[in-house]
Amino acid sequence: MIELLLSIWNLVPEALQTLLIIILKIVVIAVPIMLTVAYITLAERKVIGYIQVRIGPNRVGPRGLLQPIADGLKLVMKEILIPTNANRFLFVIAPLLALAPALACWAVIPFADGWVLADIDAGLLYVLALSSMGVYGLIIAGWASNSKYAFLGSIRSAAQMVSYEIAMGFALVGVLMAAGSMNLSTIVESQSGSFLHWFWLPLFPLFLVYFIAGLAETNRAPFDVAEGESEIVAGFHVEYSGMAFALFFLAEYANMILISILTAIMFMGGWLSPFQGIPLLEDLFSFVPGIVWILLKTSFLLLLFLWFRATFPRYRYDQVMRLGWKVFIPITIAWILVVGVGVMAEIGPWFD
Amino acid sequence: MSIEPILFYIFSTILVLASAAVVTVRNPVYAALCLVLAFFTCAAVWLLLEAEFLALVLILVYVGAVMVLFLFVIMMLDINLVRAKEGFIKYLPAGGFVAFLILIEMAVVLGPENFGIEVTGEPLKHAADYSNTKELGVALYTHYAYPFEIAGALLLLAIVAAISLTMRRRPDSKYQDPAEQVAVKREDRVRLVKMPSENKQ
Repeated sequence: MIELLLSIWNLVPEALQTLLIIILKIVVIAVPIMLTVAYITLAERKVIGYIQVRIGPNRVGPRGLLQPIADGLKLVMKEILIPTNANRFLFVIAPLLALAPALACWAVIPFADGWVLADIDAGLLYVLALSSMGVYGLIIAGWASNSKYAFLGSIRSAAQMVSYEIAMGFALVGVLMAAGSMNLSTIVESQSGSFLHWFWLPLFPLFLVYFIAGLAETNRAPFDVAEGESEIVAGFHVEYSGMAFALFFLAEYANMILISILTAIMFMGGWLSPFQGIPLLEDLFSFVPGIVWILLKTSFLLLLFLWFRATFPRYRYDQVMRLGWKVFIPITIAWILVVGVGVMAEIGPWFD
Repeated sequence: MSIEPILFYIFSTILVLASAAVVTVRNPVYAALCLVLAFFTCAAVWLLLEAEFLALVLILVYVGAVMVLFLFVIMMLDINLVRAKEGFIKYLPAGGFVAFLILIEMAVVLGPENFGIEVTGEPLKHAADYSNTKELGVALYTHYAYPFEIAGALLLLAIVAAISLTMRRRPDSKYQDPAEQVAVKREDRVRLVKMPSENKQ
C-alpha cells in the first residue's frame, strides 16, 4: 500500500511535489489555528464566567465542550444581510481582507527547532508588514457598511492601530538589536541558556509595551473602543451577520494567538525549556518536545488576554491615544538607547 | 522553465492594471485601494529582485501607514464627482501635452540605451544566505553615513514643522484634569452660610 502511494508520488513532477508539500504544511498550520480560535471563544466565556462566579456555557455537549461547534453552525446558517446603499463589493471583500493577513503571518512562525514554513531572514519585518495590512479590512468594512456607527468604529480602530504600530515597531527594534537578527528562529536561539537569558529580563519595558500594544492592535479590552458596545453599538462590524461576521471574529482571535506566540518567541524563549541550565530539573524535563513549551507559553499569554478583559474597564478614547503616543513611544525610544549601550558594552549574559 | 518569469509577468500585469485603474476609476475610495494594490504588487516584484528589505518596508510604510491615512481622508470627504469631472475637454489638450512630454522624457532617460541589459549587465544571482537587509545596512552606515544622517535630520525637521504649523491652541475647549479633581477638598465645593433667621414681616 505504502509502496503504491510512493510510486504514485514519484510520478508527480518535481515542481508540483514542492507545491503539494507546501500546501500540506499550510493545512497543518491553518487547521489547528482555526480549531484553537473556535475553542478560545469557549475558553473566553468559561474563564470570564469563573472570574465573575458564573459557570459559563455548559449546555451543549459535556461541560459545554461542543458550544463552539454549535456557534459556528449557527453563524453558517444565518443570512448575510447587505444594508441598502452599501457598497456591495467592498462590503463582501472586507472580512477577507481582515482574515488574510492574520493567517499569512503564520508562515514565518517557528513552532520548534526547524519547524517553520518559511525560514526567511526578514521574518520580523514580514510579520510587522503583514500585521499592518489588517487595518484595511476594518476601514473598508466601516466605510462600505453605509452606517454612522460602523464608520465611527472603523475610524477609531484605524487611528488606534496606526498609532500603536509605532510603539510595537520600536519594541521589535529592541528585540532585533538584542538578537542581532530578524530571523525568528535565530531570535529564539540567541535566548538560549536559562530562563534568565530570555529577553523578558533585559528588555522588560519593551516586553510590557509590546504585549499591551498587542492588546490595542487586536482591539481587545481594555482597548476595545473600536467596538465600544456601550457607545457605538458594535463598531465596524455592526452591519455584518452570518459568515461575514464570523470571519471578523476569526481574524480577531487569530491575531490574538499570533500576538501571544510572537511575545512567547521574542521575549519568553520560544520553544526553549524554562528549566534549561538548572541541574536536576533540566534532565527531568528533557523529554518534553519544544512545541509543548511554546504552546504552554502561548496559552498563558492568551489567558492574560482573557484575564485583562474580565478585570479592566474600557479606556476612554483620548486616554488610549495618550498612552500610545505620550507614554509608550518615549519608553521604547529610551529603552532602545539602553539596549544599544548594552550591546556596545557587551553586558552579559544577554549581549555577549 | 522556472517559475520566476511567470510570477514576474503575473505581478507586473496586476501592477500595470492597478496603476491604470488608480487614475481611471470614478470612485475615489476605489482609486486609493487600487493604489494599495499597486504598492503591494510592486513589493512582490521587488521580492523577485531579491530586495526583500525594500519590499517589506514599502508595504510597512506606504500600505500600512501612509495609505491608511489617505483612505481616512478620502472617506470623510464628500467629493462631488460631477464637479470634479467638469472641464475635462477644456483641460484635455494641456494635460495631454504634459503627459506626452513626460512620456518622451522617460523614454529618453530610461530607454534601453541607458538601462538595457547590455549596459547594466545581467543582475547577479545571490545564494540563499545572502541578506539584502545586511548589505543595505552596511552601505548606509559606512559609505552613505552623512547623507543618511542629513536625511534623518531633515525628516525630523519636517515632523516638527508639520506639528508646529498645524497645532492650534484652543482656549475655549474644556477638558478635565484628573489630578485636580482628586485633590479637591470639602472647602472648595461647599460653602456654609451662617445667617440669622429672619422674622416674618
